[in-house]
Amino acid sequence: MAKGKEIDKYLTSEGLDSDREKEIGQHIGYRYDVNLVPDYDRLPPFLKKYMEIMGWDDLNWLEDVHMGYEEGRPAVFDRNINGWVSVPEDMKLPDNQQDRDMIARELLIKFQMSKRHPMVDLNGAYRKF
Amino acid sequence: MAGVDKEHRSHEMGMHTEQLAGRTQQVFFSPEEDENFTYPGAFEVDYNKRAELDVADMDARAVNLKIRDLMREGHGSIVIKNPGAKHSLGVGILNRLNLRFEGSLGYFGCGLIDGPNVTVTGRVGWSFAENMMAGTVVVEKNAGSTFGAAIRGGDLVCRGDVGSRTGIDQKGGTIIVGGRTGAFSGFMMQRGRMVVLGNAGINLGDSMYDGTIYVGGEIDSLGVDAVDGEMTDLDVQWLTAKLKLYDLEAPRGVENLRKIVAGKQLWNYDNLEPTEKKLIL
Repeated sequence: MAKGKEIDKYLTSEGLDSDREKEIGQHIGYRYDVNLVPDYDRLPPFLKKYMEIMGWDDLNWLEDVHMGYEEGRPAVFDRNINGWVSVPEDMKLPDNQQDRDMIARELLIKFQMSKRHPMVDLNGAYRKF
Repeated sequence: MAGVDKEHRSHEMGMHTEQLAGRTQQVFFSPEEDENFTYPGAFEVDYNKRAELDVADMDARAVNLKIRDLMREGHGSIVIKNPGAKHSLGVGILNRLNLRFEGSLGYFGCGLIDGPNVTVTGRVGWSFAENMMAGTVVVEKNAGSTFGAAIRGGDLVCRGDVGSRTGIDQKGGTIIVGGRTGAFSGFMMQRGRMVVLGNAGINLGDSMYDGTIYVGGEIDSLGVDAVDGEMTDLDVQWLTAKLKLYDLEAPRGVENLRKIVAGKQLWNYDNLEPTEKKLIL
């Protein structure tokens, strides 16, 4: 995320910047910086424990997880269901992208590893061996 | 496009009456979710429980099923001896696991994995670790073409040279090449990071949509819409830590790696396209 950019821009406005976006009336591309690498000084205890259990020295696949937006709400993309999972409305988010990304990672891990994740039903229905 | 405002062409054509909402599923996180660290149904394994398996006389399916059986028994460290460059070994592992292949693998080795830490002491064939989701994979020698095709996450490392189209359609994760990479590496890359410490062949990053490529050696040529990017302090910090994990060093220092990103001139399509097509048809 570029320095000085309004972090809630895509929650509070249409976020149409370029002429092309204004012409088609929709945003093109990602609404967050997919290339932002994590700041490991901001690692929360939950993610440290996850790394330890998996035997990794860094965030591994979670380096690609960011807090994004869907339909005006903060949300995280879950690749296992190919869709967005929204953050509850009453959850307060920090004012910087790095800390928001860490929250996104923690929420996603807890959701993916829970029994209410849609993959659990799919696994039961289609697992072959 | 100067002078474009709210009363623009798409509004006049009535396109905004049919917004395509994408894949909204109305799924919400729960703040009361339990603290689980592995997938439901994953095998409980102990990294200190070790097994060795000589697969010289086994076919690929038998080897993969045996690896699953060993994980079910709680083995967290498995050593595969004499893999004999067989194809499709070590695929579809969705578990935490230390897996070591003592020898070389054929085509499509370690594809579709999500979580394990894998070491291959020899070479690997085409499409190694394709569609990898998470984990770490280290190849000690060279790799064939389409190394890490469509990788979505995790660290994929080859200490030697790799063939062409490395990381084709990469959707995430980190690919590290200790030596050289061939033509069309990073072709249609969408996100993730590729680090090449040696030289890169022609058309590097051709048609890349997003993501980052760092190169330590010479680049024969850049592909369509691949442009030089600005190295940031965060890039340097991340590269230093990542290369240290695998005992690798940039030949002229991390600060002097060349950073390649998408020029984003190919970002032309939008989700109104189906509506526009309807108007034409």
